[in-house]
Parts: sequence; C-alpha cells; structure tokens
Amino acid sequence: MNIPENWLRGFVDPKLETDTLAHLLTMSGLEVESCVPVAPLFNGVVVGEILAVERHPNADKLTVCTVNAGKEKLKVVCGAPNVRAGMKAPLALMGTKLGKIEIKAASLRGVDSQGMLCSAKELGLSDDHSGLLELAADAKPGEDVYTVLELGEHVLTFKLTPNRADCLSVLGIAREVAALTGAELKNPDIRKIPANNDSAHAVGITDADGCGRFAGRVIRNVNAAALTPAWMRQRLERAGQRSISALVDVTNYVMLELGRPLHVYDQDKLRGVIDVRWGRKGEKVLLLNGREVEVDPGVLCITDDSGPIGLAGVMGGESTRAESTTKNLFLESAFFFPEAIAGRARRYNFASDASHRFERGVDFGNNVDGIERATQLILEICGGEPGPTVDLVERLPQRKPVRMRVARAKKVLGIAIDAKEVESVFRRLGFNFANENKIFIVNPPSYRFDLEIEEDLIEEVARVHGFDKIPAHPPRAPAKMHARPEARRSLHTVRERVAACDYQETINFAFVEAAWEADLAGEANPVRLLNPIASQASVMRTTLLGSLIANVRTNHARKLGRIRVFEIGRVYLRDDAAAAGPLSVAGLRQPVRVAGAAFGPALDEQWGSPGRGVDFFDVKADLEAICAPRRLRFEAAAHPALHPGRSARVLIEGTAGDDAGYEPAGCLGELHPRWQQKYELPQPVVLFELTAECLTQIPLPRPSQPSRFPSVVRDIALLVDTKLPAQAFLDAVQAEKPAVVQGVWMFDLYQGQNLPAGKKSLAFRVVMQDTERTLTDGEADSARDALVALWGRRFGAKLRA
Amino acid sequence: MSVEERKAAGAAFNSAKERIESALEHRRAELALSKLEARLAEEALDVTLPGRGRGRGGVHPISRTWQRIEEIFGSIGFDVADGPEIETDWYNFTALNNPENHPARSMQDTFYVDMQDSGGLPLLLRTHTSPMQVRYARMHKPPIKVIATGRTYRVDSDATHSPMFHQVEGLWIDEDISFADLKGVYVDFLRRFFESDDLQVRFRPSYFPFTEPSAEIDLQFASGPLKGRWLELSGAGQVHPQVVRNFGLDPERYIGFAFGSGLERLTMLRYGIDDLRLFFDGDLRFLRQFS
Repeated sequence: MNIPENWLRGFVDPKLETDTLAHLLTMSGLEVESCVPVAPLFNGVVVGEILAVERHPNADKLTVCTVNAGKEKLKVVCGAPNVRAGMKAPLALMGTKLGKIEIKAASLRGVDSQGMLCSAKELGLSDDHSGLLELAADAKPGEDVYTVLELGEHVLTFKLTPNRADCLSVLGIAREVAALTGAELKNPDIRKIPANNDSAHAVGITDADGCGRFAGRVIRNVNAAALTPAWMRQRLERAGQRSISALVDVTNYVMLELGRPLHVYDQDKLRGVIDVRWGRKGEKVLLLNGREVEVDPGVLCITDDSGPIGLAGVMGGESTRAESTTKNLFLESAFFFPEAIAGRARRYNFASDASHRFERGVDFGNNVDGIERATQLILEICGGEPGPTVDLVERLPQRKPVRMRVARAKKVLGIAIDAKEVESVFRRLGFNFANENKIFIVNPPSYRFDLEIEEDLIEEVARVHGFDKIPAHPPRAPAKMHARPEARRSLHTVRERVAACDYQETINFAFVEAAWEADLAGEANPVRLLNPIASQASVMRTTLLGSLIANVRTNHARKLGRIRVFEIGRVYLRDDAAAAGPLSVAGLRQPVRVAGAAFGPALDEQWGSPGRGVDFFDVKADLEAICAPRRLRFEAAAHPALHPGRSARVLIEGTAGDDAGYEPAGCLGELHPRWQQKYELPQPVVLFELTAECLTQIPLPRPSQPSRFPSVVRDIALLVDTKLPAQAFLDAVQAEKPAVVQGVWMFDLYQGQNLPAGKKSLAFRVVMQDTERTLTDGEADSARDALVALWGRRFGAKLRA
Repeated sequence: MSVEERKAAGAAFNSAKERIESALEHRRAELALSKLEARLAEEALDVTLPGRGRGRGGVHPISRTWQRIEEIFGSIGFDVADGPEIETDWYNFTALNNPENHPARSMQDTFYVDMQDSGGLPLLLRTHTSPMQVRYARMHKPPIKVIATGRTYRVDSDATHSPMFHQVEGLWIDEDISFADLKGVYVDFLRRFFESDDLQVRFRPSYFPFTEPSAEIDLQFASGPLKGRWLELSGAGQVHPQVVRNFGLDPERYIGFAFGSGLERLTMLRYGIDDLRLFFDGDLRFLRQFS
C-alpha cells in the first residue's frame, strides 16, 4: 500500500523528518518498504505556455513552438504528437540536467532549439512517453514544475501484515503515527449531508451471518461524466490507483482515506430490492473485470430481482455498473464478516482492494461516515440531489473486553513494564480501558480485528513501548550434559565419510520429471504435485538417482570429465500400510536416502596410475568404506535403473551382534545402457542408493583379546564353475570352518584360455591361529585340506594345479 | 731378540696392525657410504610430482551451515529433530493457529499433492519447518529445547526465491522463557555463526499466526561489503498460547519462544554468495570450493 506523505500529514503532522517517521513505523510493526520522492529532484524545468506551433521547415514530425517561459519567450523544437497552442507543458531550460541528459542549445535539422518540452517519462514521473505532460490550465508560466507538481512529496510504501487491516488507509496509518509520536490526530471532517429528497432504494439482509450491516443512499441527477479534479487524481495516482471515472475515483478515494470500501450502482439498472444472501447453485454473475463466475451457497452475493449482481465484499457486477451516462446512483457501504469473504476471491483466482480489506476486517463503525464523505465529494464533483441515508444493522461483531495482567506481560516479555506505561500506551492507541489493580480490561475499537486475547494486548504494549527496549539476556538453564549416543552417527558424519570417498554433495529439488521416475524407479504412480512450478518438476521423487544423473549430465555438458556426486535427501513413497505417527503421515513413507554417482576416470588423470574408467568394484569399495564398521554383502539383483548383469542388492550387517544377520540397505550398479543412451552419457555411470538409517546406526566395538601365538597363512587356488559367486565359497566356510581358521578372503581371480571351458580360478588366503599354542605345519595343512574338501563337496571345486 | 726387544717389536707390530685394520675399516666404510650415497642419489624422487591416489569430495555449503547451526545450538543443549516434508494441513497450518481461509495463509504459497488426509484435505509440502515444533513438542515434556532443520517448499521461483529451500526452526518452552531470552539466544547465535561481535541485530514487530508477540529479526554488519544495510534474517516470537495448547500443554504455565531462519540466507551472507540458484543447479565448479 502506498501513502503519499502530504495526505498523511493532513491527518497527523509530527515534527519528524520523513525518514525518521518511516523508521519509527517500521520499528512498530508497520514495515515501510520504501520511502522515496514522487520524482527524482530536478531544477530548471518550468511551466511553459505554448503560444504558437509552426511546422518545422525540414522535418514532417517536428514542430517549432513559441513558448512563454515566464520571463522570456523561447523557440523550442518539439516532436510530441499532442503539442498544441494554448497548452501548458514542462519546459526544461538550457543547462538543466534530467537524469544523464543535459539540455543544451542545439540545432535540430537546421532550427535552433532553446530548451526541451518534456513528457512524464523524461521527468522520471512514469513510463508515459506518448506525448507532453499536460499541466493544469491555471499553472503560471515560468513557475518551477518540481514545486508546482509537488514532486518532492515522498510516497511511503507499506508491507503490512495481515493482522493490521485497520492500517489499510491513510487514517489508519495516521492513528498509528499519533499513537507512536503523541502528535494530535485530526479526525477527518465528516459533514452530515442532509437529504434534499426522499429517494431511497429498498435494501434487505437475508443472511446476517455474512452481512451484518448495509448502509446506502441514492443520489439523483448526477453528472457522472464530470472530470475528476486534479488534486484527487494526483493523490489516487500517488497511492497507486489509476483514475477511472469521477464516481469510481470517489469510492476509491474514500476507501484509501478512511479504509471504508464503497460500491456505486447505477440505480436505474437495479431490479427491485437489493438483498444480501448466500449464492445458490447454478447462479452466475458477470463481474466488472469481465469475468463470469458461478456462485454457490459458500459465496455471499449482492442480489436483486434479476439474481446476483455482485460478489459481496469482492467485486460488483457488470449489469448494474455506473457509467458516464449514469444519472441516478446508489451508494453501498456494507459490513461483511471476514469469515464470509476470506478465500472467496482466491477461489476465483483474483483479488480486489475490497476483498483484501474485507477478509482481514473492515471497521463496522464507519459505514455512515463513508457514505457522508462520498456524498460530499460526489456533490462537489458531479452535483446531484442526495436522498436520505439508509442504515440497516442486523448483527455486528462482538467486541469482548480483553484482560491483560501486568504480571503476565512481564513473564512473556521478560521485562517489567509498569502499569503507568501500559496506561499510556493504551491511551495513545485510543483504547477504551479500565485498570483494576494492575489488571487492564480493554474494549477493542471497531476497527481492530486483532485484539482478542491477553497476548494481543501484550504485543501492543511491547511494540508501542519498543522492542528495542526489551533487553537481550541469555536464559539460565540447568547445565545438563547432552551428547549423541555412541552408536549413532549423525548425517553430517555420513556426509563427511561420503565426501572423503571423493564424492561432492549436491542438493536437488525433491520434485522431478515423471519420466525419471518411470525410467529409473519403474514408478508409474509417484506422488504428484497438484500445482507444480513446471511440468518437469511435477512428481515427488521415489529415488535420488534421477537427480544425480541430471547432475552428471549438467557437469558433463560443462566439459568436466570426472564427475562424482552424492546427495542425502528424502524420497516419498506411497504406502497404504503406513499409519499416521508422531513423525509420519498416513499413507506415506518418507525415508532419507544416501545416493551417489561416479562417472569418468577412476582417478583424475595423472602420471602415477594408469588411466581407466570407474567401475562397479571401485564404488563397491567406496560403499564398504562408508558403511564400516558394518559389513556389506552384495547379491546380484535386477533394478530398473541398472545394467541387469552389473547390478546388486546391498545388504548390511545388523548392529545387534554377530548373529544379527543382514538387512537390505539399497542398491549398487552400472546405469542401464538403455538409459545411458537416452540420457546422452558417453560413458557408463556407476550408481548407488542406500537407506540413511543403515549408515547412522553403528555397533559399539566388541573387541577380543588377540592370540599371543603366531598365525599361519595358506593360499588356496581353486578351479570352479564360472557362474559360481565368490561369496558362496566364503559363506560355506563361515558355516563349517575348522576352529583354527581365523579368516578367509578372496584375493585373486583368473579367467583365461589355459583353463578348461566354463571354469575360473579363485584364490583364497586363509589365516589360521590357535589361542593356546603355536600351530604346526601339519595342523595348518590339514585345516587347509579340510577347506578344500568342503569346497569340493559343496561346489565341485578342485585345486588348481 | 731379547725379551725387551720382542716386547717392543710386538707392540710396534700390533700398533701397525691396528692402523692397517683401521685404515681398511675406514676405506670399507667409505666405499659403503659412497655406494649408499650412489644408491640414494639414484632413488631420489621428484617430490613435486602430484600425489597418487584418490581425490576428496566435499559437502554442500548449505549442509555446512546446517552442521554449524546444530553445533552452535547443541552447545547450549538444544536437541535436533527432523520430520516429514509431505505434511498434513493440520500440522503445517491449523495446529500453528492458521486455520483454513485465513488471510495469513496467502503469506505462503503452498504446493499441494494428490493425496488427502483423513479429513479429506490435500496433503502439502511443508511451507516451513514449524510443523516440527508441534510434532516434537507432542513427543516430549518441558523443558522442550530443540532445533529442526530441513527442506521446505513454496510456490515461488525467481532470482531471489527457490521453490525448495531450507529452514532451521528453534523452539524453547519452559515455565519462564521470555521474549528477552529469545533476543539473548538469537543474538548470541548470530555472533557465533558469523564469528563476529561487530554486528547489530534488531527485532522488529511483525505478525505470524503461531507467535505473539512476533518479530522479524534483521541483521546489520558493521564492516564488509554489506556494511550498514539491514538484512531480514528470521521470523520469531513467543509461541502463541493456542499453539502451546496444541502442543498438549497449559499456556498459562508454559511459555517460550520459536524462530525460523533460512539457511540459504545465512549461507549467502556467511560466504558472500549473491545468487541463490547456485545452490541447486549442481555445478561442481561452484560446489568444489567448499570442500
């Protein structure tokens, strides 16, 4: 909302500079977003009276004007289409600076010009460059235009919070200024305009739960085509309202001045009694903005015998619009309950100044004042014969007294504000109150809709007293220790561990393209946004992989060759079985995942290692490092995003103990070649995605005493079927290994032409140790033989010769 | 030779032998040393060659801020919580004293999804981290002292607004936690976060349905490129009695404050970043500077 300063100072004129006043308002809760003059300061532009206009001898579109600049007559070349003899326009004299332009004597196509006639745009007033800015006919030639047009007037732009509907007017801001500065508030001079005839229009309120009060007045024989006076147009324009017609301008003026929305009807177009009632299904109304809307019993309507003629508190209708030909008019000044208006305009996808005010709360005490003020202005501008003011009051909002204890204010604010100061604040705010033994009882005024509970009053006291007067003191609290359980790792630690494996974290939008979900998660029915910002951000992701592939693509396009990214974020999974809980929403699971992507060389190209592309086993090792000390297992398993032969389900060791078993943790694999092609990636991408929960739970160490006796190592090379997974051999050992075997791991794989067809060679290293004594070679050999026999029996494995 | 002579000759012989052995030893050591030196010279590396092995990634600047905030508030005993991003209307709005059709709802343009709660209202993407106030407070007994950081969403996308962003919510409820305490805690936080006492903080009256009195918190640096400008940083206030009631507590007995701050804003101010979009377009050339 924009408030021109002079208009405001007409109501209250504290001895404060504009900037100081703006700061004071900001610090009391009425944020002044900007406070600037109407136009940037300029000197040397005067009122020019155009005495004669002649055609330029050498240019069709230019004219040569003789201009009375007050003290002298000047020849000025002008290109404006609206120039005419007799008009008054701004004349920039030579030497004047307008923005970056300096006006100099110049010859324009062979004719000397001694100045420049200006448009509004050239003066920095608006973007209007269609022609010269026409000044009032009574402006005196030679007078300074900056002064004549009051261009130094500041306009204060407010960013008001929704609770302060009472400040959506000049009067509202003025009340606040008076309360803050103690300056006297000059209430608007509302004169009662007596009726000079008994014309009236019948009004009814069928639904008083929507409309509590309806005041109205007929004014006959107006000249609706009269021009809005310049002073009013100027104020409206500076307040951000375009001038439309005298009648509409008057209603807007009263709304801005008093915060009182009005509506004006062409009375001759009304059909019978005006009645305010809820809409009925099937009813329609064509609004003043040219849109036809359908109403229903949730929408409050102004109706006559023809049906709805407007949306109450939102916008009037086309059928009863007042126009320049209107002769008899009917003024409406109603009170609609905020709950009856709130959200209705938004339902139809527009907003109006009236709805903005009514849904926040409009003073129900100034309906008649609004009519009187508008009548006075209409009579001044358009003439006319007013009838009596009709004021139908059905039901007004209750204004229950609100109690505020001084002691409670102290508890909430943390500072004692004594009863005298509270009294002073309430008095300056114009509240009607009593003070009984440090308990205040306040009767809120009709224009305040935000004073219902004790805290509302405490806030008033605090903000008028000044938030800056409340000290900042660190609270006292018992010095209780507070530490993360040792068996939990925070996600920040997980981040550090993934980063330590050479992945860079990215953060991506949770809404993605539907195609990513279909391709990479096989998800045809992800949670959809009803109002996405873009179609490629329309579904909630069930996997982080799509976003990471997008990261790889973006960076590849920026010519990066080696790209390793990860993200930690939630995914959103429909799950009918999921119940509402303290940290969950019914029908959904929203687990946090950790996912990564590696693309390009395994290592940055360098002298010390041969170059090769990153592969499955590089990333597998990363996962093992990230998840340690919990161990992982990998099982071949299909995944929609991944290469069917290079894709694994990841299982993680339980945290409870050795026998806890393994639980699913996520997936690891190479991007399916199909998607690699579709997403235009020249090399394979290795991807993983794990449940974060697996990474944040870690077991406490359970150490055992190391043996004092030396260990013995035996290597075993086996010849086995190509298809057998290495893991099977290790699992078999776990189940049946001889007691002295401490550990077995696979360290070599050989596949080559000198092996029998369908066979590969796996080499295992076995470490054996006894806790009581030194093992003999014989004992070690027999344990090794037992393992070879076990693998032979289970898998048909033979020692490789 | 006489005994005397033999003694003397023996001594001379021994001395000569010792000298010869010592000379030999010396020569052997010299040879060994020069051989070693030759070997060492041969083995010398160009120590300026790049190290071999893996590089190092890094965490996102927003995560870095997130972690620092948790550390700073953790140092005075704040717990850490996180919860759902797809929320119900009740937790995101109604429980926070922001009923349907309330004009304050238009302060936040909400994303809705194609699912409904048990009352038939559409589920939504949380517009702030404040639902976690309610969820956490209903799970714990006072004193309640928690921060909740995470992703939040609003239908807004331009140079200074991202449809997804991060907030940190703070909540402290006890029998005596006042607005003055809010000022104390938050000002202290900012000084620790920016590691500077050379900054001004102001609390400006504002409005949020879930706090009263409500404040906007503005920050001003005394030096640096942003010197002298007031920068909006946070919304805060004393928790509204109706919200305390929705926590399951008696507002007459329990009071306290809540605040919500944007992590992007804090991060931008901390590191001098002026384009919000850099955080979310995954450009490694930008992100790697935070490793």
